Amino acid sequence: MNSKKVDRIATGVIYLLVAIVILILVGILGNILIAGVPHLSWHFLTSASSSFEAGGGIRDQLFNSLYLLVLTLVISLPIALGAAIYLAEYAQDTWVTRLIRTTIEILSSLPSIVVGLFGYLLFVVQFGLGFSIIAGALALTFFNLPILTSNIEQAINGVPQTQREAGWALGLSNWKTIRGIVLPAALPGIITGVILSAGRVFGEAAALIYTAGQSGSTVDYSNWNMFSPTSFLNVMRPAETLAVHIWKVNTEGIIPDVNLVSAATSALLVIVVIIFNFGARFLGNWLYKHLTAAKVK
Amino acid sequence: MSKHEQDLQKVVDQAIAQQKVPHVKFKKIGPESVDIARLTSQSKETRQERWGKGLTSLAIVLIAILIAAIIGFVGFHGLATFVNDKVNIFHFLFTSSWNPSAGKNHVGAAAMIVTSFAVTLLAALLATPFAISIALFMTEYESGKQTRLLQSVMELLVGIPSVVYGFLGLTVIVPVIRTIFGGTGFGILAATLILFVMVLPTITSLTVDAFKAVPKDLRQSSAALGATRWQTIYHVVLRAARPRILTAIIFGMARAFGEALAVQMVIGNAVLMPYNLVSPAATLTSQLTSQMGNTVMGTLPNNALWSLALLLLIMSLVFNFLVRLIGKKR
Repeated sequence: MNSKKVDRIATGVIYLLVAIVILILVGILGNILIAGVPHLSWHFLTSASSSFEAGGGIRDQLFNSLYLLVLTLVISLPIALGAAIYLAEYAQDTWVTRLIRTTIEILSSLPSIVVGLFGYLLFVVQFGLGFSIIAGALALTFFNLPILTSNIEQAINGVPQTQREAGWALGLSNWKTIRGIVLPAALPGIITGVILSAGRVFGEAAALIYTAGQSGSTVDYSNWNMFSPTSFLNVMRPAETLAVHIWKVNTEGIIPDVNLVSAATSALLVIVVIIFNFGARFLGNWLYKHLTAAKVK
Repeated sequence: MSKHEQDLQKVVDQAIAQQKVPHVKFKKIGPESVDIARLTSQSKETRQERWGKGLTSLAIVLIAILIAAIIGFVGFHGLATFVNDKVNIFHFLFTSSWNPSAGKNHVGAAAMIVTSFAVTLLAALLATPFAISIALFMTEYESGKQTRLLQSVMELLVGIPSVVYGFLGLTVIVPVIRTIFGGTGFGILAATLILFVMVLPTITSLTVDAFKAVPKDLRQSSAALGATRWQTIYHVVLRAARPRILTAIIFGMARAFGEALAVQMVIGNAVLMPYNLVSPAATLTSQLTSQMGNTVMGTLPNNALWSLALLLLIMSLVFNFLVRLIGKKR
């Protein structure tokens, strides 16, 4: 067999494998969307879920998911931002810095179930918080921190060194330069990173089943008192998110319309992830165009 | 004013007095107004700097404490099985009788360890040729629109929550396996297929990076020698990118090993030594997910589960270590 023939066969095989993968991708996305979207009605989104009858909705789960996402970002963003600034701007190449970088890498590759169990041990059992939104938000923070930190660090590293030198030349302190020059220049990248990590947090379930719990309590959406046990803003109540809901109804649920509810919820999750993905890219580009004089790459 | 500052003041005063050509500026303000306290104190910039550095190091320290706490807590509870309940560690690793509530002689995790490694290795084996093909397609064959579309769909696949994959497995893959092979349909095969889709984007995107890092000169030299495209890929590109492809595969395996819910939903959750690919089994993660809520803190069944968690943690450290080892050799 001559080498030209081999080349042609290899090319054929590669194209075939790519075609198979594309088929799988289309199949997965199509399956989720086609099976789920027809059941996504206003009624489904705004009615409470049922524990044994058909026809339940996902109102509480949807709210819990969003609430947990917001809380998680509020807690994790300042920490990740600080850590990323330190790593990108202050850290010298010493064994301490290398150790910290290794630490963050380890944290990012930890299985999310281990992170969830740690949250269970520390917050639910040790601190006596019980299954609660705040325990879930803290577990999700651990899950989110390494990714968010490395995303922000990349964005900061992308700012040209000359910008910093301009700041120093004006006699600004390093910190003032970072706050006044580097962070605004890195903002589009930071926002993209935050939204992408938000997509991951929104769909996470393994870290939540033993921290935020697998059941919801009755919530009252007109009660704005954060400390009242029935208030929807109360952070001490157990809460089931969309992703946990899918897992729960499929493994332990007894409702007759399991497939319908899971399909619709899956479709909703995937749609949200799509919106987050495209939103991140779009918003990042838009900010970049409007905040800087540079052309969009 | 401290002694040091008084001395400094004296020196400055003396210097001004001895000056032959009077300093214009000093003459105007007078030598008395040399403010030593201000000259020797920290500038505003230094204070800002200290504040910023302190604030950001605090965040770093917090993360470091966090990871130490995770390893400490899980380690402490995981080792309780061997320290407090006197379970033999070799017994734990190499026997497969799992019924911790029956006593310390029934804490054998071998079945779960074998299943975990089986699904991980099979998924990686299945995904690698596909990942390499897509990466080659995106870097060596096509460029531009098709590539970008494929890449954004891949990114989307990473973002799909694992429970959605689990649900798909439950409603699509398990019934298909049931019709083809009989039985329940739950088992290693279903888990492998799900994990294959889940690790494919991870391995692919890292492999693309690996191919992009191969210098263009190498490809051009090969082409100049008369090599076909496949010869160039096989003998030059793949060889040059090998360490990074290995790293990509290990990252994929780490993800597969730690995946909990998707696997738990399709594997059948029976702690048995798997004898074929379609018999119900259980992995470390699936057992943790389904049983943690059914045990009481501090009892042997609970401690045994924490030992499984510790094992997961250790494996995650091992995967990290392997990646580092390969990176060093490069």
